[in-house]
Amino acid sequence: MKKLYDSGKILTGLFFFLAIVTSPFWYNKVSGKGAYVPELKIEKDEKECVRRTGYMKKSHMELLRLWRDEAVRKGNRIYIREDGKKFEISLSGTCLNCHKKKDEFCDRCHGYVGVTPKCWTCHNVPQEAKK
Amino acid sequence: MKRRDFLKLIASGLCSGIFFPSILVPGEKKREKRWAMLVDITVCAKSKDCRACVDACHETHNVPSIGSSKEEIKWIWISTFDRVFENELPISIKDNLSQPVILMCNHCENPPCVKVCPTKATWKREDGIVMMDYHRCIGCRYCMAACPYGARSFNWRDGKPYLGKINYDFPVRAKGVVEKCNFCEERISRGLIPKCVEACPLGALKFGDIADPESEVSKILKGRISMVRKPHLGTKPNVFYLL
Amino acid sequence: MVEKAFQGGKNYWMWLLFLFLLTIYGFIFYSKQLIYGLGITGMGRDVSWGLYIANFTFFVGVAASAVMLVIPYYLHRVKEYSETLVFAEFLAVASVFLAILFVFVDLGKPERVFNVLIYPSPNSLLFWDMVVLSGYLLLNVILGWKGLDLAKKGIDSPRWLKILIYTSIPWAISIHTVTAFIYCGLLSRPFWFSSLLAPRFLASAFTSGPSILLALCLVLNRLTGFDPGLRVLENLKKTVTYALSIHIFFLVAEFFTTFYSGSPEHLRHFEYLLLGSGGHYWLTALSWFSLIASIFSFLTLISTGFSKNRVLIFVTLLILIFAIWVEKGLTLIVTGFNPTVDLRIVRYVPTFEEISITLGVWSLGALILTLLFKIAISIKRSLPPQISLSERK
Repeated sequence: MKKLYDSGKILTGLFFFLAIVTSPFWYNKVSGKGAYVPELKIEKDEKECVRRTGYMKKSHMELLRLWRDEAVRKGNRIYIREDGKKFEISLSGTCLNCHKKKDEFCDRCHGYVGVTPKCWTCHNVPQEAKK
Repeated sequence: MKRRDFLKLIASGLCSGIFFPSILVPGEKKREKRWAMLVDITVCAKSKDCRACVDACHETHNVPSIGSSKEEIKWIWISTFDRVFENELPISIKDNLSQPVILMCNHCENPPCVKVCPTKATWKREDGIVMMDYHRCIGCRYCMAACPYGARSFNWRDGKPYLGKINYDFPVRAKGVVEKCNFCEERISRGLIPKCVEACPLGALKFGDIADPESEVSKILKGRISMVRKPHLGTKPNVFYLL
Repeated sequence: MVEKAFQGGKNYWMWLLFLFLLTIYGFIFYSKQLIYGLGITGMGRDVSWGLYIANFTFFVGVAASAVMLVIPYYLHRVKEYSETLVFAEFLAVASVFLAILFVFVDLGKPERVFNVLIYPSPNSLLFWDMVVLSGYLLLNVILGWKGLDLAKKGIDSPRWLKILIYTSIPWAISIHTVTAFIYCGLLSRPFWFSSLLAPRFLASAFTSGPSILLALCLVLNRLTGFDPGLRVLENLKKTVTYALSIHIFFLVAEFFTTFYSGSPEHLRHFEYLLLGSGGHYWLTALSWFSLIASIFSFLTLISTGFSKNRVLIFVTLLILIFAIWVEKGLTLIVTGFNPTVDLRIVRYVPTFEEISITLGVWSLGALILTLLFKIAISIKRSLPPQISLSERK
């Protein structure tokens, strides 16, 4: 085995580098900041959502993008689900009709994972806009 | 040259040549629907201070009132006859050059704004409406330079502080995108007429499908003399001014 | 080779620091523009393009002008250009970078700029502009860098490089033609709607570009002793002079068709610009200055030479560059929009913020140019005197 010159400096540097690079994985646990699960308050008028909960949790952005292209680019404002049920394509009109309080629903998870969807810049939220 | 190479050359030439006409030559497609607006300026002239169409449109679509001519946003607005029809002044109206004329996007058959948009954020729909996609617009303002009618406005700043009463059924726009009259496509899709047409107390505005010869607007156009703005440009506007 | 950019005397580092600080200054105002919107500029609903697009137009021209050295050197074996060629290519790199950056700072939603590539629109000249400018930037970076590298090693260019060199010639013409086509295809702006716009752009590009290169060569000569040779200087001056004469002729042609025909559509813009009919006298004064300065520059350039009057020519070139910038940049854009489509006159004056951002962008371009030129000069100094910076084809 050849000798590793400056092994002290190298190993110290390597340790700090790895610590910094892996920090997203251990920081929240250590500091206790990420120690909560976002609590979503769902006010439901309709019995069910446009798609089932599992799909929405994972892919609601995909559905929103599809809706955006359907409504804006194709002029089609009716979404027909696989089982034939029809929904009006509208973020404020359909989605937010049930999930009325954005800050108790949408913002909870978005805040937790640190995303700021740009949608809200233009698509006003009826409840919030009254503030 | 070998025969094979010659054939390849001809084939590639033909293939590349096919693209050119569609890019360069504006085609007039035969469509099932062609939305058009009729503006009866003789009716409008009766009420010089009326702003009903402008207020209705801007309120419905959350158009902010910035308050300066530099940054103002207008989807529909009122000008005077001599400014609008500078080249087409018919002799019979010579006495009434300052009468009001309603202006908006003409949703041209051959729209120059659509031709120049680098992202297809504006395009002409099958039903004739020249649409805007505020999600895709990069704010280059090429369409504003290309529009011969000054129909387009840019959001030079965030408009939210300048909104009066907000219509929660319609989004606002972010700063940095171009916007314009959309012939109320969100209302048309629900079977309603454009807000300006609905709001006009004198019935000076009429809207309909001129591809349908039985529609009210088609019949009116057959019976009255009408003008469009700057016809010599070949844009073929779909807003007709009835004299 | 890059390390050469970081080896220099005190003056060199002071210059770099100055440019760097000016860039930061511009960037601070750009951040303000990102936060508040383009409303902080002087542009508005009626004059919707201004100083940024004016600069873009000008610098695309300067970038295209590298071809005025590539053609004689590679197509016609004018060996004297071997020393100056790499500087022309690096000037092209800095210029096209500036052009792209000016478009970028003009965008309302710059974060969406890649939409142009994701949703390609061959019907739009701005789409083609992005394509050809990016390609030209890449091309010239490769050509300049590789050429310098080969000169340092004393190797002949490989075949792929020669193909790129020949490609750069029509490409240079195309970038400025595409830029002209952005304007001259619009029926809405009669001031721009002229078949002559693309030839005019090329003429003024080949005037301003080589002028900038010449001026830079004279500066480099004073600062570093780099001597391109009297013949090169005189040849470049000839290029400028001929291009300028064609440019003046094209302007005369435009004036004739407008003023003789009296077409109201065209006349009203010329009246606004040259006769101050809209009351914007600063613009009128600038455009007259530009015209007179162009003619006087032409007369100066044909009547004297570098061996007699180096300083006079240098000053003339600077005035000429400014005159072309005024004509093709500022007055072209603003007059396109004034009078408006409904015959109003709208005031456009660049705001302090707008000018600050422009200064920042200029200094970033100057910074890149300085770094690239420094590398080229250092390589040149390291070579034996008889070996030129660009090896022969």
